[in-house]
Amino acid sequence: MAIVPNPYKTTGFLGWIDDRFPLTKMWKDHLSEYYAPKNFNFWYFFGSLALLVLVNQLLTGIFLTMNYKPSATDAFDSVQYIMRDVPWGSVIRYMHATGASAFFIVVYAHMFRGILYGSHRKPRELIWIFGSLIFLVLMAEAFCGYVLPWGQMSYWGAQVIISLFGTIPYIGKGLVEWIQGDYVPADATLNRLFSLHVIALPFVLVGLVVAHLLALHEVGSNNPDGVEIKKHKDPVTHIPLDGIAFHPYYTVKDLVGVAGFLIIFCAVIFFAPEGGGMVLEQPNFQMANPQVTPPEITPAWYFGVFYAMLRATPSLFHSALPGVIVMGGAVIILFFMPWLDRSPVKSWRYKGPVFKTLLMLFAVDFVIMNYLGMQPVSPTHTLIARFGTIFYFGFFLLMPFYSQWEKTKPVPERVTE
Amino acid sequence: MSNEGVDDGRRRFLTAATSVVGAAGAAAVVWPFLASLKPSAKAQAAGAPVQADISKIEEGQQVTFVWRGSNIWVLRRSKDMIASLSQVTAQLSDPKCEQDQQPAYCKNETRSIKPEFLVMNGKCTHLGCSPSFKPDHPAPEIDANWLGGYFCPCHGSKYDLAGRVFNGMPAPLNMVVPPHRYVSDTVVVIGEDPTDAKKEAA
Repeated sequence: MAIVPNPYKTTGFLGWIDDRFPLTKMWKDHLSEYYAPKNFNFWYFFGSLALLVLVNQLLTGIFLTMNYKPSATDAFDSVQYIMRDVPWGSVIRYMHATGASAFFIVVYAHMFRGILYGSHRKPRELIWIFGSLIFLVLMAEAFCGYVLPWGQMSYWGAQVIISLFGTIPYIGKGLVEWIQGDYVPADATLNRLFSLHVIALPFVLVGLVVAHLLALHEVGSNNPDGVEIKKHKDPVTHIPLDGIAFHPYYTVKDLVGVAGFLIIFCAVIFFAPEGGGMVLEQPNFQMANPQVTPPEITPAWYFGVFYAMLRATPSLFHSALPGVIVMGGAVIILFFMPWLDRSPVKSWRYKGPVFKTLLMLFAVDFVIMNYLGMQPVSPTHTLIARFGTIFYFGFFLLMPFYSQWEKTKPVPERVTE
Repeated sequence: MSNEGVDDGRRRFLTAATSVVGAAGAAAVVWPFLASLKPSAKAQAAGAPVQADISKIEEGQQVTFVWRGSNIWVLRRSKDMIASLSQVTAQLSDPKCEQDQQPAYCKNETRSIKPEFLVMNGKCTHLGCSPSFKPDHPAPEIDANWLGGYFCPCHGSKYDLAGRVFNGMPAPLNMVVPPHRYVSDTVVVIGEDPTDAKKEAA
């Protein structure tokens, strides 16, 4: 079908634009005439909040870059310069650092919402896959950013994470030097991570977010009942009977979410900007010193789950590779969610007690594992983390069986609220 | 333009041939970008071998030198320390140094050229922390039968006084012994093999 310019026949200045650029069409397709189910609840705040945090990161990031110096000798001092000498610099940096933590809280909640209501199921598999890719890139982006202040935790965190690549047989050692551009994490490493953090990864991230939203708007939003609102349309207007226009109804609703979020976000920035050592870690107030390891290397809190798995997996055949595979697998397995879940219903509201119980236990497991990842190693912790790891993978890998076999409740024809 | 008399087969061949040449060109362009990430000439120069004066190291003392940004420890082992190495064999993961963590000329119980001097990269093979030197024994807080060695504060890996890792540790391998050679009795070059000296002479 050929593209028809200005399908809505606007006139005047808007018409002049619409003859040349699909402004009105995009506005209607994605906002004023994008019909979303009317029963969105609390969990649906997190998508728009993720977008808000992304904008916060881009904006504060641009301004931080104006004063930051990506070199091993100057980076640490330039961050202190931002904190002490640049007017409002500390607030901008706190916004960026707290924003990184907020990003993961919001994204974890957003992903949990997806599993809760079956938003990964047909026909939304690609939305889920784009989302998983966003999560993957976000982890890379967060890691690169964590290294930039070039404090002790930055340096040793980089050392630990990059050395994971060294576990790959045969090419590992060369690969690590290639990634670092030196024999240890050094100036070259910092410089290239800076490049990735401010140019390459944000580009990819924004592109994936656009793809995520385009795919969403192509098939339409899921909802807490997991029923397709497009099945029941008004015979005359063809608008879904249970759909309401995204703008103004959900833009206004999301603004309430934004207000609530900002209250908490600002409270952290103004009253606890270090987040009790979770947003900014104590060892990072010392400059990187390749000759002195901090007593305990812990990753940023939002990687706790994956770090706990890495540490809990025993080495095999004189190689730490199994831990790396387990940790990577924990992220990669998310991509297969649309095909692991074989339940005849989408939403957990209509699933049986087994799925509901396992999902709740999974959430608890996730929190416990994340806590363990931030704690010093002890035999008890390792033991718990091993069970936690097995449960994490069991939840996903056994899903094709328990989700398929379990008796489900009848799903209503239309949304219930 | 008319499509009359067009040889479709020839057109398809030309399109395919052009695409293949283009794809090969695009693949070749990737090379300089990937290669640019390797350690630069400057980094390589900074990673040149270093000379270590070991004449002033006391018995039982460990001194740190820096080579390629890594801590290279030189430990001068006492007779007791050397004797301890054969007493812990049963507890070690790789007592005979089968894994490729040292040059061939250090593949022995003391993991050294001269038993008295251990030259080792002070980096835990688990996740790269720097283990602490714990020569004193007994040390029940580390191990009931501790005879001296290294203890990693990060995740609790233990090594003996030749950097050989104990069984059941998070660390999978013995610590790395870097290439090194003795120029004289008191000077070690870290980063060069003994054979490099012969090449120089030749």
